[in-house]
Amino acid sequence: MATFKTRSKVPGLVALLVVLAVAPLLAANAFHYDLMIKICLTAIVAVGLNLLVGYAGQVSLGHAAFYAAGAYASALLTQNYAFSPLPAMLTAAVAVGALAWLVGRPILHLKGHYLSMATLGLGVIAAIVINNEDQITGGPDGLAVAPLSVFGHELSVFGRYEWFGVAITGTQLWYLLAAGGLFLAVWLALNLIDSPLGRALRALHGSEIAAQVAGVDTAKYKLRVFVISAVYASVAGSLYAHYSGFITPDAASFGHSIELITIVVLGGMASTYGVILGAAILLLIPQFLTGFQELEMVLFGAILMAVMIFMPRGLVPTIARRFQKEAA
Amino acid sequence: MFSEFFQFSFSGITLGAIYALVALGFTLIYNASHVINFAQGEFLMIGGMGTVVLMDTGAPIYLAIPGAIVMAGIAGVLLHKLAIAPAKNADVVTLIIITIGASIFLRGLAQIFWGKDYHALPAFSDTESLSVGGAVLLTQSLWILGIAALLVTALGLFFTRTALGKALLATSMNKDAASMVGIKTGAILTLAFGIAALLGAVAGVIVAPITFTAYDIGIMLGLKGFIAAAIGGLGSSTGAILGGLLLGLAEAYTAGYISSDYKDAVPFVLILAILFFLPNGLLGSRAVERV
Amino acid sequence: MSALLSVKNLSKEFGGVHAVEDLSFEVEQGRIHSIIGPNGAGKTTLFNLITGLYQPSAGSVHLNGRSLAGHKPHELAPLGMCRTFQNLQICMNMSALENVMLGRHRHLGQGTLASLLKLPALRRGDHACRQQCADLMEFVGCGQYLNHHASAMPYGALKRLEIARALASEPDILLLDEPAAGLNRTETDALRDVIRKIADKGITVVLVEHDMKLVMSVSDQVLVLCYGRQLADGTPDQIRANPDVIDAYLGSRKPEEEALA
Repeated sequence: MATFKTRSKVPGLVALLVVLAVAPLLAANAFHYDLMIKICLTAIVAVGLNLLVGYAGQVSLGHAAFYAAGAYASALLTQNYAFSPLPAMLTAAVAVGALAWLVGRPILHLKGHYLSMATLGLGVIAAIVINNEDQITGGPDGLAVAPLSVFGHELSVFGRYEWFGVAITGTQLWYLLAAGGLFLAVWLALNLIDSPLGRALRALHGSEIAAQVAGVDTAKYKLRVFVISAVYASVAGSLYAHYSGFITPDAASFGHSIELITIVVLGGMASTYGVILGAAILLLIPQFLTGFQELEMVLFGAILMAVMIFMPRGLVPTIARRFQKEAA
Repeated sequence: MFSEFFQFSFSGITLGAIYALVALGFTLIYNASHVINFAQGEFLMIGGMGTVVLMDTGAPIYLAIPGAIVMAGIAGVLLHKLAIAPAKNADVVTLIIITIGASIFLRGLAQIFWGKDYHALPAFSDTESLSVGGAVLLTQSLWILGIAALLVTALGLFFTRTALGKALLATSMNKDAASMVGIKTGAILTLAFGIAALLGAVAGVIVAPITFTAYDIGIMLGLKGFIAAAIGGLGSSTGAILGGLLLGLAEAYTAGYISSDYKDAVPFVLILAILFFLPNGLLGSRAVERV
Repeated sequence: MSALLSVKNLSKEFGGVHAVEDLSFEVEQGRIHSIIGPNGAGKTTLFNLITGLYQPSAGSVHLNGRSLAGHKPHELAPLGMCRTFQNLQICMNMSALENVMLGRHRHLGQGTLASLLKLPALRRGDHACRQQCADLMEFVGCGQYLNHHASAMPYGALKRLEIARALASEPDILLLDEPAAGLNRTETDALRDVIRKIADKGITVVLVEHDMKLVMSVSDQVLVLCYGRQLADGTPDQIRANPDVIDAYLGSRKPEEEALA
């Protein structure tokens, strides 16, 4: 009987858990927590987007639209239709998934740069619609969002709570939620990648023809991963809406979509942990550069170029490879 | 009513000519290196802002313009040599991110050295506008159309009549084969970037009198030029021109007849509509995968 | 023996060029059937027609009595047909084993929710699949690459990997498109043994090949194409002796050679 090695998911997940647990110890104030929460929520979107772009090889330059759709749907359902936040988030996710399905059916037939362009177009159109339809969306001024509440217990950043006798602020509680959400998102994604469905998705990137002769309906599977990545974005968007208490059309902007793609490529396409690092870096760099004021844009652009030139496969795959070479 | 239509059409073609020039620059780089250059719009910005800045130092306009264009050309060459060439055979998406980084970098430089203000360039003619058949036409539009037509013709001649141009075409069709017949593909690629930058800079200069110029005008213009190139079919120069003109007209008619609120959505609606019926753009080639 | 694959009056035109013209032949179940012909004779076009990558201009292809007309390429694996490719179609972004496991896709659980949650039934199925695919890699002779990544494997091994992937689908009929291309003599002989082993399992094999030694030594039936038309169809011995085939393809003796014989 032939023997084969299967890579266990456990070490990676444990490492992630440790990082998430240790991070709060480095936080000195609410602002640090705010940053970490934003990193977690952005990372959730990135993990989903990576399934589409890194694993299945379909480039989407308009994913911020799904994020914003989730955010606005949650906001509107809780504000105008008296939904509780959790059902609202679920409903939003289903609705955004359905939207992705509708929109994805025609455009996923496109290949390469044309697909990118189509997704870009859809993303910008969504942003413009959100911006213009101010009766519904509040237009450029944005919408206020009610704080998250679960089974009647409200979770607000301004609240102070007590857990097992320990005083904990609303922001810290939110971090637990965001970190937990990220962990769940990663676990689900890793499961997916390792499954037959996941193999079929990776085959979409490797060789569509090979996938087809193996019986994979490539059109259907592209649509599936598109919808899955849209739902990821929607949930993250809903969470962000409740966390920040306010959303603006910027959430759907082309700039935001580009940020998301940059995170995926920077961290490492087809590396779930890599994109988490990518999210952290992309959100942290501006913090380190604020001291440089005017040079911020120049330095950011230079860093981005340098990293991509010297580590074209992204940070984590390049580093992992270096370790592999040394071990060999 | 006809004069209204004439006016919209004229401004549409004017805008379209600018988009066409940007799209041509895109196509040139895409053909030579398969890179989607998100920094293309920044060349326009360097052309416009560069002229403004040089004129502020006292240079007359007929020296400032070439100076700015040369600046953009140098930027294009450096972009290739320092950012694209070192990345060698990186993934397509990686290259896109590199050009995005380059565009942020260039914008950042412009912001530092040239400030954030909007500037206007004087129109090229003393008479700013003409009245033709009830419509008000800007004379700058005539300059734009004339110069654009000249550039396109020159480019066409360059590709078909000069050895250098043909070498560029050869490199874009098959880089390895071209290098095997002795073409210095590295230099050719740098040349392609340089020419694309020059095209962009000229476009930026001639449109500045109408639309003003600032450190961040490159974003939208670059994006729309990219869309125009995709509408026409990535890789086709004629397509780029067609796409640009189509886009300009569509924008003008929408702003004029429908609503100016949704004018910005036009390029994106247009590309979606076209790709729906023609998945490779208007004139894009249908690549057949051989098994 | 019943005909598993039946091709009738099959034609394919590419804007005036008749790549395949009025072809009719049958492939019997459990046999090894080879298709030979000079370059441009239409062999790969024929394969692409049979496997749904191209739609015919005229004629029909039947598998097990069922017409394959209008079927999309991904609908053929469930019908029992699998193929390999002249220009390797290997997923270089996956490991060798995963490539073979891809072949078993239609036999495995594909539900989105089940995959996200990695339900126990899915896990068990996947584990069994891993074992089966590892065995297949041994079967085709690339078992030493079991823990390798596809991108780290040599060309010859990748060709075998593709065959393993095709076998993983449990096909009734296996179409091999120039499996010996790029292989040396030793590798080709090993390939011949693999093909025999496959046929011994009851799988019908159709192969397109240039390597005459392989074709003549392994085939039950040989179809000769020339310019898209059928030139001859018979056993290897019959083909060897067929004057038209010798003339057009195998090469005829020059008059000086005749004189010396």
